[in-house]
Amino acid sequence: MSNARIQLPPRILEGDVFKVRLLINHPMDSGFLRDINGVLIKRNVIRQLICTLNNQEVFRAEPTTGIAANPLFEFYLRAVKSGELYFRWVDDKASIGELRHPLNVWLASSSGAPKP
Amino acid sequence: MPLHVFSRRDFFAYCAKASLGASALVTAPGFAQVDKLTLSGLAESRLRTFDEMVHPFVQSQNLKQEGVSLTLPSLADNGHLVPLHMKIDSPMTEASHVSHIYLISQRNPVPLMCMFVLGPLNGRAEISTRVRLSGTQMVVALARLSDGHFIYQTQEVAVTEAACVDNG
Amino acid sequence: MTEILKKKQIFGFALCLGLLLSGFSTLVSAQQRFIPLDQLKSGLDYASNEVRGLQLDDDFSSLSAHGIDKGAQLWKQVAGSSNKSCESCHGEVTDSMKGVSARYPAVDKSTGKLFNLEDRIRQCRQKNQKASNWALESDELLAMTLQVNTASKGMPIKVSIDGPAKKHFEAGLKLYMARQGQLNLSCTQCHDQHHGQRLFNDKLSQGQPNGYPIYRLDWQYLASLERRLRFCYASVRAELPAWGHVDMRNIELYLKWRAEGLLIEVPAVRK
Repeated sequence: MSNARIQLPPRILEGDVFKVRLLINHPMDSGFLRDINGVLIKRNVIRQLICTLNNQEVFRAEPTTGIAANPLFEFYLRAVKSGELYFRWVDDKASIGELRHPLNVWLASSSGAPKP
Repeated sequence: MPLHVFSRRDFFAYCAKASLGASALVTAPGFAQVDKLTLSGLAESRLRTFDEMVHPFVQSQNLKQEGVSLTLPSLADNGHLVPLHMKIDSPMTEASHVSHIYLISQRNPVPLMCMFVLGPLNGRAEISTRVRLSGTQMVVALARLSDGHFIYQTQEVAVTEAACVDNG
Repeated sequence: MTEILKKKQIFGFALCLGLLLSGFSTLVSAQQRFIPLDQLKSGLDYASNEVRGLQLDDDFSSLSAHGIDKGAQLWKQVAGSSNKSCESCHGEVTDSMKGVSARYPAVDKSTGKLFNLEDRIRQCRQKNQKASNWALESDELLAMTLQVNTASKGMPIKVSIDGPAKKHFEAGLKLYMARQGQLNLSCTQCHDQHHGQRLFNDKLSQGQPNGYPIYRLDWQYLASLERRLRFCYASVRAELPAWGHVDMRNIELYLKWRAEGLLIEVPAVRK
């Protein structure tokens, strides 16, 4: 079961600068709140999120307690060629989360298969 | 002269110093009340000066208030989740792009809310996220450009607090 | 803190005085509605633009996203010695569960107890699936309640207060009207008489139950109606009953009767 969601535009043309939306399910516990029984919840936030496209880093975020729970990140990427988007995040407990998503980039002129 | 790049070491050293005060509170017996303090919106936490907020990153580099648009609601009735959007004017080419963005809080226990690393492959220096704000304060979006200088924008956000202080 | 308490005491006293002066009778007959049906308003109407936006604008970035995804997954998951999933018996949730959320709480025929939806789900899991029970307020139970609610999205609430439910309704009504806690406030004072006005910075809503389980921003989590009611109890400094206490069920039944016709919201966000 994935604990993250990604949204890309339905059709991305070569040369487009397109928006990537990523929503990660994570409590981002700041260490300042209490749980339902009144016990202080230890700090546990995502401290690093890296996005690579075809193994090249294209976006990095290093959040702290200042980013809200279930963090949402929206950023932009240039469409050069098709490939795989890979997201990897680590939290204070050293838990690792991952998400892979294919990126299909279409040639502006063609209506056939995406550009390889 | 080599550019000073704010390295990961500097970042952690800064965070360690900044949170030393906070962590001392965590272990102290009186800390049990801190969550109430942050929730109640009382001015328990000191407001940092602008210089305190940006100096660790900017150091002696050039700093200008231009080219950055920062959007947050001016009144947030819930500090736990405040939508934030920022856009920086930049061609995002190899020669000229935004390399880092720092979101800095004036009042949160931890001043740096998030650091972003960008490059020419982003095509656009525009990011949206959702931040936590512990009380009414100023937020700073500070961007480092590829030539080493910094630009920024600020916004004041009024954060109201719940009438009933909560223990779950 | 003492300042706030003092303010609340004054507020409570002023309300009490106002009530006496207005000649308001604290005994409301079962048929009399303080807020007429055509004036019912969801909590969403009292929420800030920000909160409303979080609920309505965008399915993708929904704060309940994980709960919804998890609920859908649990629906298909085989559990217990029965080796069945919810889907095995109930098929598609949108077909089999349509309208179910709208009529709970209801008296369970086998035990004679007043069940809310969470109780009913737990009973089914234990009795029919023969699986380990989900604790009240557990992630799984919250997710499954959300999942069942999706089948009643946009449907009007309509509970029965006849027959075996009658005594529960009357007990719930009594609790709703009664002053409680150190602050000596009753539900009706804030939510019937002062909705729309502010308690410090908070805009008081009518206290409607049509969105539960909600994503509560203050708790950064999904929350059931029971948890929310317990919070209200804690806020007026009343003694908290045990989880699953019949008082909570009775209040829920009264609230759902009071909310007749309000549409079920899924997923719902509140501050």
